[in-house]
Amino acid sequence: MNITELTKIKSDYLATNPIFNEPKNVHPLEHRIVLKNYQIINPEEIVEYISKDGYFAFSKAITMSQSEVIEMIIQSNLRGRGGVGFPTGLKWKFTLANESDEKYVICNADEGEPGTFMDRHILEGDPHSIIEGMMIAGYAIGASKGYIYVRAEYPLAAKRLQIAIDQAKDLHILGTNIFETKFSFEIEIRLGAGAFICGEETALMESIEGKRGLSRNKPPFPAENGLFGKPTVINNVETLANVPFILLHGPDKYKELGTEKSSGTKVFSLSGKIKNGGIYEVPMGITLNEIIYKLGGGMKEGSQFHFAFSGGPSGGVLREEHLHLKVDFDSLIPFDSIMGSGGIIIFDQNDCVIDTIKLFMEFNKEESCGKCTPCREGTGILFDMLDDITGGTANLDTIDALKYLGRMVQTSSLCGLGQAAPNPIFSTLRYFKDEFVKHIEHKSCSAGICTFDKVMEEE
Amino acid sequence: MRELSNQNLETFKTKMMKYKKTKGPLIPILHEAQEIFGYIPLEAQQMIEEEYGIPNAFINGVISFYEMFYHEPTGEYHIGVCSGTSCHINRSKRILEELKKELGIEVHETTNDGLFTIVNVKCIGRCSEGPNLTVNNKVYSQVTVEDVSHIISEFKKS
Ligand SMILES: Cc1cc2nc3c(=O)[nH]c(=O)nc-3n(C[C@H](O)[C@H](O)[C@H](O)COP(=O)(O)O)c2cc1C
Ligand code: SF4
Ligand code: FES
Repeated sequence: MNITELTKIKSDYLATNPIFNEPKNVHPLEHRIVLKNYQIINPEEIVEYISKDGYFAFSKAITMSQSEVIEMIIQSNLRGRGGVGFPTGLKWKFTLANESDEKYVICNADEGEPGTFMDRHILEGDPHSIIEGMMIAGYAIGASKGYIYVRAEYPLAAKRLQIAIDQAKDLHILGTNIFETKFSFEIEIRLGAGAFICGEETALMESIEGKRGLSRNKPPFPAENGLFGKPTVINNVETLANVPFILLHGPDKYKELGTEKSSGTKVFSLSGKIKNGGIYEVPMGITLNEIIYKLGGGMKEGSQFHFAFSGGPSGGVLREEHLHLKVDFDSLIPFDSIMGSGGIIIFDQNDCVIDTIKLFMEFNKEESCGKCTPCREGTGILFDMLDDITGGTANLDTIDALKYLGRMVQTSSLCGLGQAAPNPIFSTLRYFKDEFVKHIEHKSCSAGICTFDKVMEEE
Repeated sequence: MRELSNQNLETFKTKMMKYKKTKGPLIPILHEAQEIFGYIPLEAQQMIEEEYGIPNAFINGVISFYEMFYHEPTGEYHIGVCSGTSCHINRSKRILEELKKELGIEVHETTNDGLFTIVNVKCIGRCSEGPNLTVNNKVYSQVTVEDVSHIISEFKKS
């Protein structure tokens, strides 16, 4: 394969198939980069991807130096879409700087946070964009092997990725001496096995290595000591899907979208008591009001907005008064919430905020890898306290105990799961204190969900 | 049938050998075993130990860590109701209660006929279509309490 052949495949295909399907369900507020091929091309046909300029970004990257490619990503201000928002270019730069006979690129496709489903759609709808993003990353840091860690709950995504990899190999887009250069790259798919913590980057690497998915101490960071002890870049699905655009159109074009510190678009997944749940790709900095009432079409019949959660079991609660806020990596932080990976759930008058954070804590407790005590034990005790509140066996001291233990778990846990597990408690205490008091003092729940039928344990 | 038989052990052996060149082969091998037997029998663990030099005790630890690997035989159909946030607020708990009642078993238990095991499901990425119920890889969306018995009987017949 070379650029001439790639161009020929594209023009031949367009000559016989001039019209692609019109994009479906695109909201006027949307701006599609990551989803540009979504529901337009057949994800199981590599020629369709190529006809939409697929692998042209890679063919450009390979004519540049590794540092030039990385500089482009740095200039674009692309930040990781997996939740934390770390600058992607910097991560690549650190990994390039660490010399090694072997390096790896990992695509984190373990998306397991309840309410988050954009990665599934990207993987199923445009798997080649992930492969191309990984190839560019691989070339930039000097890796010849990539892994895609897909959760086993996404069988269709895994299947389409495998088809895409096989087709890319057949066309010699993946393999040895790609595009008639010295660069070689292969990709292997690994399936998860139902452990949420394996989305955490170091636990994921342990899992690929064939171990229990226990998070590692950091430092050393993956850029230095990652998979099989080698320098490794790990990026989220959506992050990688942005990379081809940046290479093709340049960082300035990319930065035209979004806010100063969060450039580009974000794919949001909306669910809950909203009319039009689903995924929407919009420039960063859109307001919650626009997300809920424009993209989501407003509340379901009979539902009134009560609160929203962003960032899942690590995130924070948002009330009516927050709906004018912009959503990007930084704007929600002063309000004890985060954009996280972009899963937003909308709740109505029949949903209880305490019942919700109890569900989050139950999730954290069950998904804790158990390696460190504050998280393993702390999430369980925090859950019990919340259960006391909804069960009617708490007193006002329980609130202080929640705060005390919550701080301890935040500050002394080893990885992001434990460190973030108490977040929903703190934000809810800030904005729904009255609901705590009501539950505890009056055994009453505004939503009528909590049953207050827990029996006091014998001393 | 997903069971411990000599034939399945042979099949497993062949599949297991595919990973001789794979770095970190254990999880893919365990997936193969889980698929073939419906659980990961001691016999399979010992074969892995022999071929790959991974101690049995270590393999056991890995199996117990992951939700989808089982130490004990499981049913032909793994059936579950999503307990993720979005499904929860669409009252998925009621669906799970109905499922337990219909099958007469709790989560992680298997029906006597070996057909169904109730499994934990935590978000399958169809949050805007919940509550979701899954049977192996098949997904049922916007499930109602009334749907549960129909879904079960679908699989009893086939
Ligand atoms: C408990 C936990 C679960 C995570 N799950 C995911 C996940 O499913 N997908 C993902 O991309 N990142 C996940 N992350 C973040 C990763 O650790 C890592 O930051 C990310 O893959 C880096 O990619 P990015 O820089 O492109 O965002 C998780 C982190 C934690 C602490
Ligand atoms: S914080 Fe929790 S998930 Fe992270 S290492 Fe500690 S026990 Fe494991
Ligand atoms: S919460 Fe049930 S599918 Fe996501």
